[in-house]
Amino acid sequence: MKLLRWLASLDRRVIYALVLIVTIIPLIWKSNPPIEVSPEVQMAYSSLDKVPAGGIVMFSIDYDGASEAELQPMLMAMLRHCFSRNVRVIMTAQWPLGMPLGQMALDSAAAEYHKVYGRDFINVGYRPGGNALMVGLGKSGFRQYFLRDFRGTPIDSAPFMRTVHNYGQIDRLVGLEAGASGDAWVQYAGAQFGLRIVLGVAGVMATSMYPYLDAKQIEGLVGGLRGAAEYEMLINHPHRGVWGMNSQSYVHVLIVILVILGNLTFYFEQRAKKRGPGGRGQGTGAGEQGPSEPQTERPA
Amino acid sequence: MKREVPLIITIVTGVVIILTFVIPHSPFGTLQDRLYNWFIIVSGFTTLLGLDSLIQYHLKKIRDRRKDSGYSIVLLLSFFITFALGLYSWIKFRSPLVPISPTGWIYNYMLLPLQGTMFAILAFFITSAAYRAFRIKSLESTLLLLTACLVMLARVPAGNWIWTQIAHLIGAVFHSVDGSALAQAPVLSEPTNWVLSVPQMAAKRGITFGISLGYIAMSIRIILGIERTYLSS
Repeated sequence: MKLLRWLASLDRRVIYALVLIVTIIPLIWKSNPPIEVSPEVQMAYSSLDKVPAGGIVMFSIDYDGASEAELQPMLMAMLRHCFSRNVRVIMTAQWPLGMPLGQMALDSAAAEYHKVYGRDFINVGYRPGGNALMVGLGKSGFRQYFLRDFRGTPIDSAPFMRTVHNYGQIDRLVGLEAGASGDAWVQYAGAQFGLRIVLGVAGVMATSMYPYLDAKQIEGLVGGLRGAAEYEMLINHPHRGVWGMNSQSYVHVLIVILVILGNLTFYFEQRAKKRGPGGRGQGTGAGEQGPSEPQTERPA
Repeated sequence: MKREVPLIITIVTGVVIILTFVIPHSPFGTLQDRLYNWFIIVSGFTTLLGLDSLIQYHLKKIRDRRKDSGYSIVLLLSFFITFALGLYSWIKFRSPLVPISPTGWIYNYMLLPLQGTMFAILAFFITSAAYRAFRIKSLESTLLLLTACLVMLARVPAGNWIWTQIAHLIGAVFHSVDGSALAQAPVLSEPTNWVLSVPQMAAKRGITFGISLGYIAMSIRIILGIERTYLSS
């Protein structure tokens, strides 16, 4: 009963400390947990794998620092996949604050595979416009919007860009999404111009993208850190995604354990209430101070 | 006139945009391109408008010495310092986003950690909220709780490990059951895939249809001039 009483009045800071511990320890002890590849990530991998050497994949960086932990490992894995197969990369961004993240990933992956800026990849940067830009790239062409790259160099100084006019020359679009841009790519670039799309999305919005996958409007879906980890396994390059899965694993298990404990406390609390103060048992005493009712969360 | 002119612009633009979708030929096809370009240019100017509003609001707050105006000072100082360093970086490095530039430094060592921290805090709140609020009180809440626990465990390697241990334990207790074979059974992955691809997707599609119908209805109301709340000042 003492334990139940303690659980019922568990300070939220204890929970925060538990989350902190189970997050940090697996990050220090890096290991490669067994990761089963899901069909949607396999589809994404196969789609990019079918792009021939010399083909072009356009990456759209539609996230910023908030989702970096999930989407940057995904981007790195996909860039490694493209560069290892000598596929050329065009990078753009719908989120201006995501563009430097894209450039950092490009620099890092290009150094690993000895790729040269302008010859093997280019970063055309951010342009405002959202949906109108997506339609415009398909109708009016790249030069209407991207005459220069993010450093101000004419895009035609990259030899492979001279043959790129609109979506017709792009083999795949990889949209890395933390917001609504993924829907827009599917609805405007995919549906109107037949652009073949693979989406990588933050875990919290992965479920929203399943209808597109089911309707074959996208060719693959990489969802959250788990998706990144699966993609890293597919390219045999376990890295941040796989290491991060340990933390995510333990935090998920912790949440499930806490939910079970919370419900046990709730059950005994209710039983004690039914018996009443004059009953055989005095209950847990948790009813007055327990966690049974939702409390408004406030930062400590 | 302050209301009529914007109304006329909205009605004409809305009708023309719809026509350009169904008549892709000249002059509508090229008109669509032109209107999209205008939209992109105007959307660029909205950033300037937003900056103006932001600066005016916080300057007024500081002038009036309102509560928490210290935060406004921090905001304005941060804005102007970042803006100045951005210009410097643009001149010196041809881009404000080169990692070794001053704005690159601000981006890497201030903005990214701050954004990441804000998002990461959610994990702490969600765990605490799940402990306090996720209760078996009705059939619906039980279904939600069981589904959430199932999906949470199935989506991480630890879920498979737990099931493997349970399967081996069952095999050890009941000798007629092959623990190893049981461990291979897709006890977590198959139900999770079903949850994601059947009830979840059906609900998501229903929500999407609802949002789209509402979106169309609101667009028609705006184009026809029935909905005028956006004109109010």
